Amino acid sequence: MPSDGKDADHAPGSLETPRSGRARSLRRLTPYLRPYILRLVLIWLATMTGLATSVAIPLVGKEIIDGPVGQGHGDALLPLGLLALALGAVEAFLTFVRRWTQTKAVLGLETAIRDDLYRHLQRLPMSFHGDWQSGQLLSRATTDLSTIRRFSGFGLLFLVMNLVQLVAVTVLLLRMYWPLGLLIVAAAVPIFAVSLRFEKRYRRVSRQVQDMQGDIATYVEEAALGIRTVKAFGRRPHVFAEFDTAARDIHRVSMDKVRLASRFFTFLEVIPNVTLAMVLLLGALAVGAGTLTLGTLVAFITLMLQLVWPIASLGYILAMAQEAMTSADRVMEVLDTEPDIVGGTEVIDRPRGHLRFEGVGFRFPGADRPVLRDVWLDVRPGETVAIVGATGSGKTTLTALVPRLLDVTSGRVTIDGRDIRDLSLPALRSMVATAFEEPTLFSMSVRENLTLGRDTVTEEELREALETVQATFAYDLPWGLDTRIGEQGMSLSGGQRQRLALARAVLVKPRILVLDDTLSALDVETEALVEQALRGVLADATGLVVAHRASTVLLADKVALLRDGTITHLGLHQELLSQVPEYRELLAQDADFDHEEALR
Amino acid sequence: MSGTATEAKDGARAGAATEPGRWRGVAAEKQDELPDKVSLLLRARSRRLLGDLLRPHRRAITLLIAVIVVSNAAALAIPYLVKVGIDSGIPPMLRHEGTGTLLATVAAILVAALTQAFTRQAFLQISGRIGQDVLLELRRRVFDHFQRLSLAFHERYTSGRVIARLTSDIDAIAEMLQSGFDSIVTAVLTMFGTAVLLLVLDLPLGAVALVPLPILLLFTRWFRRESSVVYRRTREAVALVIVHFVESMTGIRAVQAFRREPRNQEIFQELNTGYRDASARGMHLVAVFMPGIKLIGNLTVAVVLLYGGLLALHHAVTVGVLAAFLLYLRQFYEPMQEISQFYNTLQSAGAALSNLSGVLEERPEVAEPDHPVPLPRPRGAVRFEGAEFSYIDGVPILPRLHLEIPSGQIVALVGATGAGKTTVAKLIARFYDPTAGRVLLDGVDLRDLDEATLRRAVVTVTQENFLFTGTVADNIRFGRPDATPAEIEEAARAIGAHDFVAGLPDGYQTEVGKRGGRMSAGQRQLVAFARVFLADPALVILDEATSSLDVPSERLVQRALRTVLTGRTALIIAHRLSTVEIAERVLVMDAGRVVEDGPPDRLITEAGHYAGLHRAWLDSLS
Repeated sequence: MPSDGKDADHAPGSLETPRSGRARSLRRLTPYLRPYILRLVLIWLATMTGLATSVAIPLVGKEIIDGPVGQGHGDALLPLGLLALALGAVEAFLTFVRRWTQTKAVLGLETAIRDDLYRHLQRLPMSFHGDWQSGQLLSRATTDLSTIRRFSGFGLLFLVMNLVQLVAVTVLLLRMYWPLGLLIVAAAVPIFAVSLRFEKRYRRVSRQVQDMQGDIATYVEEAALGIRTVKAFGRRPHVFAEFDTAARDIHRVSMDKVRLASRFFTFLEVIPNVTLAMVLLLGALAVGAGTLTLGTLVAFITLMLQLVWPIASLGYILAMAQEAMTSADRVMEVLDTEPDIVGGTEVIDRPRGHLRFEGVGFRFPGADRPVLRDVWLDVRPGETVAIVGATGSGKTTLTALVPRLLDVTSGRVTIDGRDIRDLSLPALRSMVATAFEEPTLFSMSVRENLTLGRDTVTEEELREALETVQATFAYDLPWGLDTRIGEQGMSLSGGQRQRLALARAVLVKPRILVLDDTLSALDVETEALVEQALRGVLADATGLVVAHRASTVLLADKVALLRDGTITHLGLHQELLSQVPEYRELLAQDADFDHEEALR
Repeated sequence: MSGTATEAKDGARAGAATEPGRWRGVAAEKQDELPDKVSLLLRARSRRLLGDLLRPHRRAITLLIAVIVVSNAAALAIPYLVKVGIDSGIPPMLRHEGTGTLLATVAAILVAALTQAFTRQAFLQISGRIGQDVLLELRRRVFDHFQRLSLAFHERYTSGRVIARLTSDIDAIAEMLQSGFDSIVTAVLTMFGTAVLLLVLDLPLGAVALVPLPILLLFTRWFRRESSVVYRRTREAVALVIVHFVESMTGIRAVQAFRREPRNQEIFQELNTGYRDASARGMHLVAVFMPGIKLIGNLTVAVVLLYGGLLALHHAVTVGVLAAFLLYLRQFYEPMQEISQFYNTLQSAGAALSNLSGVLEERPEVAEPDHPVPLPRPRGAVRFEGAEFSYIDGVPILPRLHLEIPSGQIVALVGATGAGKTTVAKLIARFYDPTAGRVLLDGVDLRDLDEATLRRAVVTVTQENFLFTGTVADNIRFGRPDATPAEIEEAARAIGAHDFVAGLPDGYQTEVGKRGGRMSAGQRQLVAFARVFLADPALVILDEATSSLDVPSERLVQRALRTVLTGRTALIIAHRLSTVEIAERVLVMDAGRVVEDGPPDRLITEAGHYAGLHRAWLDSLS
């Protein structure tokens, strides 16, 4: 998902946090590490001891060269050699301990945050999900969490380790022979400065490349999804030209990146090599003057080379730290969003399903016009009301208020006389089932899609529901009800998907059934059969049916005409058809079509 | 390493325990494309593609090889020169014979360092240039190829996978070029060069230093094998997490309405744990491999110190040689550790290349003619001559269709789902070729027309009416890219879309938003019709173009339709009969055959299929 990075920048509410507060989000994640306290102690112990051994090995080499070799008596050679052997083994073992031990801690951190993030996102209401694209949320749950994991596992450790190693070795070198030590300090400064600057520029170019990858992904997406349109008009050359321009742009900026990196990495090698030449020159002179032993010179050179990586990687690690802070901010931004739809505590023991809208209004936050205003509607138990209205009149919003996918901004919705905001969410949502116009199917088995994991549903109930909605085709799929459907499984036609979504709602045997133009993708014959069967279901339940076609309206006992966010007429279908011109306009498809003419 | 083996087995068992549960169901088709065995040796077709892509860069590659040899020689020379400095530079000084040798050696080191820097920069830039050029070519080639492949291919392959090929797969290769290509080349060359030099410097000590080499190679091979398995498992695990996450979030309305949250959380935690375990195995593998390499390296250094010290004691080697050995061994082991970091990148790039080469080997099922027939003035007369079509051999969708549609006629095609209406439309638009017989446009077999000619003559509108990112004007202009703003407006006026476009915040320059999300379905359809009007084809196919509209929008579109279709041949497919009313002729299809054919007035009076459909439709309105 290359465009994630880009999308993320446009995420709502992602404000530039002031620098001082940046580390705070990251620190707030530390409780996730608490279960691993002992491991953390062990990791740090292993790290520091390992560091000490890696510095000690060249010193043993010095002793060997200056002692047994330089002075020509071999007694000390064996113990020193065994010491080097032991130190080498210990260093490797400590590295192993550090890496092995941290696995559980950092993965545990990542996994726990991801679980919590998912839990929290499921609680956040529709209004939140309407603002956030799922790609933005996904990049927080994957990319950002791995960034945090990498920093807490490696970045933080190496930051401290490198600094300690830097200071320790420099002090050691200065103490061994201070003029050479100073030379090395002098050489370290440009490496450090350049690597910091490089990191900044490199990140800027990388971000640019990432943005361009996002752009190119858009072209790719549209060319893939719109392939029929492209082919229908024969616009292949046109579409290719656009993509080509984007690809060439990416090529150009990537080459900038290549040049930048090539200069930096070359610089990183040339400075230590030049320093090496200088150390050799001055060191040899010092050996000649007798102020330095040969062994020290060799140890000096070996230790000096140990410094190159810690210095050069500082820039990288600091950049990693910044990235982790940004990621933590992005994660906390979601976790800090409080769900504004929370359930009450009441439960209706024996619901009758008496649904009332009492002066209901709804306005999206920041919108200047309300979607719904002063809606009054009384649906008695067992009764079915059809909602008819033009596109944008607020029908779908009205249906979303019943299971509290959205909350009224004025007035109230009641079931059996109780404000639905006082009911617990599970209680409310087990009374109300909705079949949406856009059927949502998950990449799971048909069975799981229908039962949604409730194992109390029997095979008979399943069959009954599938028969009701004319969806017995599900039994003829290659693995019957165990066939995976959805994006990652068998592809079904729009009508088949709508019927399965309808079966899901019917299966719940709800007190209140909401159908949001659920039959739009069915052909005329199937629609008639499904409607016939739905009559039986709706006879027992209270129904709220959004309708675009006259045939669907006939499922209802009465019709409510929704206009500009409020109910202007309520009555029988035939009444409205003969009395309300606007209603006729909406439902009579044959306004231009001469009945008499056709029938003759 | 026996502990590791046990650990690995435990990991495998844990992996099996977190196998996706029953809820996932059985997939009809294997969707993921991770190769069964990831190997460093690419598949034959990947190698072919790679060779093809690199061929234009032969000279640059030759230069690159020269540069890298010089660069490595210079890098390897430095420790040797340090040895010379210590062994030959210092003794003369101690004997007060001057610093000539030392200065010469130091100068040589400086020269070597600068040569190395210069050649290395050249290497990074040349290889970077080649890599980026290859990437550009690959992007262009794959994109163009996808656009050439037939609709049948796209329907089978799905847009999601097309997008994955052109984004994540290309990115995987870019990532490899950027982060690892140079380190792996350097590592391999350094290893060889160092091994040779060690033996040249001092044969016995060199031999001792190289004793661990076979162990090292075996160890690396073990790591490669294990990490292939782990890599694959991790990819699969993370893919499951991502799919579940995205589906939960996009379907959050259904999730909350049906109280699915606890069940979802249960599934998510299961998948998340599976991902954690797979990652843990990968990290444990590195936790064994990196220290393992370090252990071998450290032990070798200690043994070299011990044995070298012994030799030095007996003046069999000099201190300089010992110092050079210590420097060389460092160079020898460090790149090995980097390879482990880089290995996953290499694997994903290999898998990506394999996917891409697979796509490039797909041949378009609808091929361009070798000798295209020109069609200067298309009239839009269609003729099916015994045309047959089947998706699967032996299961014909259309058995031998004969049909003649004269120029300028408006024909409606009705029938139940699966009757073959859309297949007829797709054959006329040449989205498919007939499996037998032929389809003619103005007397010319469609297979003899080149794409540009055919698309100028025939345009299809479906209910998707896809809008591209850009302005309303851009989207109308899609019908004819060289249209002037005045012509665009004229087209919009002609089909009655001008009023609504003019009412948008920025008129024709209004951005349509992602997939036209800021417009209603009816408005999108009008933009699509304006496109057709501008494209001015002789034949228009409307495939369920209005079925998703509500009544008022549909009425608006109906009016536009009369304008669009004037003076053209038209084929209208719809299951709502209201769309069919402007047709002069109705064809009723059933099981791939035309069962009724005639003007609608006449068919209504006959006791046939159409009369039944019409009655059902009228009933549905009452």
